[in-house]
Formats: sequence, C-alpha cells, structure tokens
Amino acid sequence: MPKVKIPRKSTTVDMTAMCDVAFLLLTFFMLTTQFKSDDPVVVDLPKSIAVIKLPDTDIMTVTMTKEGRVLYGIDGKFNRERLIQKISEKYNIQFTEEEVRNFSLTSSFGVPISQLKNFLSLNPADRQAEVNNPGIPIDSANNELGVWVMQGRLSNPKFRIAIRGDGKVPYPVVKKVINTLQDKNVNKFNLITNLEAKPIETVVQKKQ
Amino acid sequence: MAELDTSQSGGKHKGKGKKRAKKASTRVDLTPMVDLGFLLVTFFMLTTTFSKPQTMEINMPVKDKSAPTEQQGQDIKESKAFTLILAGDNKVYYYSGMVQHADPKKCDYSPEGLRKALLIKSHDVPDVFVSIKATNDANYRNVIDALDEMLITNISHYALVDITPEDIALIKKL
Repeated sequence: MPKVKIPRKSTTVDMTAMCDVAFLLLTFFMLTTQFKSDDPVVVDLPKSIAVIKLPDTDIMTVTMTKEGRVLYGIDGKFNRERLIQKISEKYNIQFTEEEVRNFSLTSSFGVPISQLKNFLSLNPADRQAEVNNPGIPIDSANNELGVWVMQGRLSNPKFRIAIRGDGKVPYPVVKKVINTLQDKNVNKFNLITNLEAKPIETVVQKKQ
Repeated sequence: MAELDTSQSGGKHKGKGKKRAKKASTRVDLTPMVDLGFLLVTFFMLTTTFSKPQTMEINMPVKDKSAPTEQQGQDIKESKAFTLILAGDNKVYYYSGMVQHADPKKCDYSPEGLRKALLIKSHDVPDVFVSIKATNDANYRNVIDALDEMLITNISHYALVDITPEDIALIKKL
C-alpha cells in the first residue's frame, strides 16, 4: 500500500499583526496610566467596604502619618504654581523661578511656611526625607493647614479634599484636621481607604 | 512567516548583468518583540487597575459659629438616638437615648460585637441616628471602622460628633 503523504504546512505565523495589536494596547495603557505619586511617607490605610472612586484630578490630599505629622499635597503642576504664587503674596516671601519649579514638582510636603524656602532648595531625594518633613502646623494658634486649604481652594474652587490617614493616627490629630477643614467651610470630604470585601451576613439579614 | 518581510525581491533590476552583492535576508523575527509588548501591556494593565484609591465620602454637619455648642445636635428624638463611644484599645461603648440615663455596653469592632448591636438597633428603630464620638485614645482606624459599620448595616443617619465630658465620665465608671 502506498503511504498517503499529508503535505506539511508551515507552522510559523505572521507576527506582524499581533505585534501591532500589542503595541497599540501598550500605547493606550501607557498614556492612560497615572502612576502612584511618590509620597515622602508610608501610610497604612485602614480598610473599608466603600467603593466610591477618588476622582483623578482636582484633588487636595491631606496625609496624616502614624506619628501625627500632617502633609499637604495638591494635584497638578499648574495648580501648584498658582498656589505658591498665592502663598508668596500672602506671606511676602519671594521665591525664585527654580524654587517655584521645584514646588510644582513636589506632590506632597510637610513643612511650615517659614521653612518652605529652605525646603525647596533641597534636592528632590532630600525633599522626600522624613527629617525634612516635620509636618504642617495645625495648632489653633498657627494653623497653616487651614491657610494651604484656603489658598488651594482660592486658586481652583473645584478642588475636593481627600484625607489619607494611617490607621494608627491618634484621634486628636484627626479631630484637629477635620476641625481645620470645617473652619474653612469644607464640610464634605473624602476619606481614602483600602477596599475590603463586603460581608455576606448583612445581605442575608436584609432579605429576611 | 513569523517575520517581517522587508526584502525587495522582484524584477526591478532585471536585464543588465550587473553584479549584485548577495543580499542578506532582511526578515526579522518579531516574536520577542511581541513578547515584550505583551509583557509591558500586562504591567500597565495591572498598575492602572489597582492604583485607583477607594474613598469614603463624609459630610460633616455645617458648623454654625453663632450658636453655642451645647445647642447643636440636640434636636434628635431620644428614642432614635444611639451613641457610640470609641475608646482606646479597640473598645467601643454604646448606649441608646440620652447620656443622663444611659446604660452603656462594651463591645469591639468584630462582626459579633458592634455590627450585631447596630443591626439589632436599626431593626428596632429603622431611622436610628447614630452619633459617633471618639475619645482621644481612639485612632483613625477606629473611626473608619465605625463609619464602615454604618455602611455595612445600611444606617443612613450618622454623624461624627465631639465627645462631651458626660460621655467621658460615663465610660470612666466602667
């Protein structure tokens, strides 16, 4: 019997199309990704079942570390530039162009305004260091967080305020921050949390 | 055919017997490039999905600076009032009604503790108003946990309220 010969087909596939798709997707994701801002502090967020997403833009963040230091950050390069101009007018501090640029690149900081000029002259790595971020004063006598929040809102009224706190922050600090916000007539704000699964138990009880 | 064919074959230079250097194949194997592409796609996909933070929206009562503090927040019916006192060491005390004739009970943040108490209360009184009062010993996690329990138990009326000296005295007795 003669053997039936099956003609062999080449198993190589044209990869050009696949390559195109891969890079199209890559470009899409690269353009849409927003990287985590490099904050100078590590914050262990408490968990909650809340699923509301934080808006991407127009956000002011008040960070509280577990030692009770308070840091302030504002979103967007132009907003930061406008903010430092306002602060410079209010406190009569002249900032050089270099310092303004440095400020516009700082995502979050924790220095009293009196030390701000000094802080901005540091190099970027030092600006992240804990020693250089002693926290923004929130005492009732010298409440600079209030000033920042106020000026931030003046520079762009659309701003929402998000509080990012470590689980171990003592309550007096939390209370001071909330009171500061309320003094500036900010009664609606977001608390940033980590996602946690919703317990099933309550759903069952609702059905009964 | 897993290659990009860029060699220019065909009869462009037909005819003349010119000597041509032997052309090396210009086909490039694209497989590693595709691999790299998908690796990066995966990376960006994962980072985008997970970096968006979740938030809890909170509305604080508007502070009326003209009214004395004692008169604020007093217009809740006694039958609907439910107070949580967040103490240190992850302890919670709760009582119904007014502080004067309160019978505070102690519990913790576990599902069996605070959640059960809230579910029982909201079952009895559907439009219960929960006042969350944190002592200075409490921490931020306790506050978030308490607010979270409100979401879990579907209690829609709650507020973060400053603690009063009466409340502190009450839990000191325990």
